[in-house]
Amino acid sequence: MEKIGVYVCHCGTNIAGMVDVQEVAEWAAARLKLRGVIVARDYKFMCSSLGQELIEKDIQELGLTRVVVAACSPHLHENTFRTACKRAGLNPYLCELVSIREQVSWVHTDKDVATAKAMAVVSGGVERVNFQVPLEPMKVSIHPDTLVVGGGIAGIQAALEIADAGYKVYLVEREPSIGGHMAQFDKTFPTLDCAACILTPKMVSVGTHPNIELLTWSEVEKVDGYVGNFTATIRKRARYIKTDLCTGCGICWEKCPKKVVDDVFEAGMGTRKAVYTPFAQAVPKYPVIDRPNCTYFIKGTCKACEKFCPTNAIDFTQEDELITVEVGNIILATGYDTFDAKRIAQYGYGRLPNVITSLEFERLCNAAGPTNGEILLKDGKTKPKAVGIVHCVGSRDKHYNEYCSVICCMQGLKFAHLVHERTGAEVYNFYIDMRTPFKGYEEFYQRVLEEGTHFIRGKVAEVNNAARNKDEEGKLIVQVEDTLVGVQMRIPLDMVILSVALEPRHDSKETAHRFGISCSADGWFIEKHPKLDPVATMTEGIYIAGCVQGPKDIPATVVQGAAAAARALGKIHAKEIALEPFRASVDEAKCSGCRICNDLCPFNAILFHEDRMVTEINPALCQGCGTCVAACPAGAISGTGFSNEQVIAQIEGLLLLNLDRKVPA
Amino acid sequence: MTNINIFEPVIIGFTCNWCSYRAADLAGTSRTKYAPNVRLIRLMCSGRLDPTFVFKALANGADGVMITGCHPGECHYLEQNYKAMRRFHLMRRTLQGLGIEPARVKLVWASAAEGAKFAHEVTSFVEEVRALGPLNWGSGENGHVTELKSTPQEALA
Repeated sequence: MEKIGVYVCHCGTNIAGMVDVQEVAEWAAARLKLRGVIVARDYKFMCSSLGQELIEKDIQELGLTRVVVAACSPHLHENTFRTACKRAGLNPYLCELVSIREQVSWVHTDKDVATAKAMAVVSGGVERVNFQVPLEPMKVSIHPDTLVVGGGIAGIQAALEIADAGYKVYLVEREPSIGGHMAQFDKTFPTLDCAACILTPKMVSVGTHPNIELLTWSEVEKVDGYVGNFTATIRKRARYIKTDLCTGCGICWEKCPKKVVDDVFEAGMGTRKAVYTPFAQAVPKYPVIDRPNCTYFIKGTCKACEKFCPTNAIDFTQEDELITVEVGNIILATGYDTFDAKRIAQYGYGRLPNVITSLEFERLCNAAGPTNGEILLKDGKTKPKAVGIVHCVGSRDKHYNEYCSVICCMQGLKFAHLVHERTGAEVYNFYIDMRTPFKGYEEFYQRVLEEGTHFIRGKVAEVNNAARNKDEEGKLIVQVEDTLVGVQMRIPLDMVILSVALEPRHDSKETAHRFGISCSADGWFIEKHPKLDPVATMTEGIYIAGCVQGPKDIPATVVQGAAAAARALGKIHAKEIALEPFRASVDEAKCSGCRICNDLCPFNAILFHEDRMVTEINPALCQGCGTCVAACPAGAISGTGFSNEQVIAQIEGLLLLNLDRKVPA
Repeated sequence: MTNINIFEPVIIGFTCNWCSYRAADLAGTSRTKYAPNVRLIRLMCSGRLDPTFVFKALANGADGVMITGCHPGECHYLEQNYKAMRRFHLMRRTLQGLGIEPARVKLVWASAAEGAKFAHEVTSFVEEVRALGPLNWGSGENGHVTELKSTPQEALA
């Protein structure tokens, strides 16, 4: 019979406050004695070094062959206790951690009931551990190359960190140039650094780095494999430019006769040509031909760019190219979209010309933007005399997004400062709450307050152009209640800027699916742990950085990009990683050759030997889901870690059926 | 469970390591309360759910079984939750054939972010099973098997 030790954790009062831990331990020692339990203890903090020593000592002195720890979720401390067992000479997979905190004390309210459930949970663990078998972790090697998806500031930072450490990076960007949203901005809060001045040197470093292979105008189509050994298929869309010949001189877009409204980089505020680079400092410098808008592709004639190109770099015959790369780690930094302000019809966006979004204003006040940085109304010549900035448009609103978009308060302050400085206009900030944490932010708020910006606390009800008196004629009227005074106000303005929410990319769900990670209900990618591991995902070897994980400002994005790179570098340096040895295998003697399992594996790990009429599972490809184990009618497939015996035993234990029965085998 | 006149069902819940087990963890860390009648088992995937497990649980005293997995299209193993879904429909038909209410088995999709949904589904399933009454699939006192007829190996043979 196995010698089982049961260890019940108080977790301070987290568990002990709702579960009588001492009673659970005493009960286990007495009632589960016939199930193999020879010792049961409770302790204040099992995960502390003293708690772990308790277990190690028992393994050595009492000769325990199995350990059950009743504490928090295995996702938190399974490794801690397995390692403790290993130190004491017990195979780590002979330790079972059952959750009586997340699944019992934190979710139930009656101490007697919670204690009874904790006993059942412990009993389930004891039964299960009887059928645990010693396992050895599977070692797999880590490919030293890394794939970074998304060339905004998060992806740029991550790529540079890894490349500077001496390892190869593939940086994939969907647009013709890297730079992301940050490249669209004029100034950055709270220091009012010029965004381009601090970003473009990094972009140039990426473009010239010997360890970075930059793949712009490209998208990842497919990802196979697992940590250390991913294979990514990347579609390089046809640029119609021979990049080895192109010098980026710009004659092609000068000569191109087709003007197109630029909805991406200029946020619809400006135009570009059909052959273009999104902005002057684009990296790489090569343009792309926008096929749906190119006159040659539409009508079959034009080729102005080809005629004038001094290096014959235009090639209308190019086609999309699929390339595959082998990488060990993947960093996802695909960024965010902005909220469509048309969804809030009462704010008049799309209907009233001088109601614009925050991203449009960024372009409007950008020195390289459509007005060369002059803040002008839609007529292109009038300076506004009064400007309103509406906060939380699509954020903190149960009709759209419940979350706070983090950056809008500081962005609103930045806009207020810029409008004030460049036009001398009266500026009104309409806010729900001002949120200015982090370094230098509150000071910036005070500075803008001192500049004479008006702050009105209230959610704007409506923006319209229906004048009621002479002062309001030709103006935009903001209807708002100043909730600090309790007064309804109508404020006539020339321009209204809507601070639109940051939203997950429209295709974030597909992206998550493609990389095998999960999204929250909102669509942000889910981190492994919200506090202790906000960089990793549930899928080993895939990390997230920047706004894909949730709204954040530039410093936080850079931090996360660097952190993701550090995690990937850690893996690369370790050269190999130990994986959970949960794999399925076939007992050839039992296999009837029915082939029911053959079509069930999405990883192609199951192969059938026609000559012997038996199925075999390739352990290198098996991911351990267990679907084939459950499907085999002959019971010929077994899975380590989650065997039928273990699960059935746990069911019995949870139902407290076998307290007085002798232990099988 | 303080009032002995109210039937308290026992539910076995199967969870997927990647989504619903984490939803249960999230319900815990968010201190979202739910009915204590459920006892959870972690599998690597809902596709691992051998129908035997469900029948075993019901035969051994559980009044209901809740199967949980990743939402369609979000399976950690690409598509194995679809296989769980197919087996689920088959299981319900089999249960009906045995004269057991199919509503004693429920399939719930819960992502790692849906702690509140997980808690809500547990509580409402407990009420659904409470309404069905005890299953009494067994011979012992109060419908609970007091002694096992087989070892796990025999049960699976």
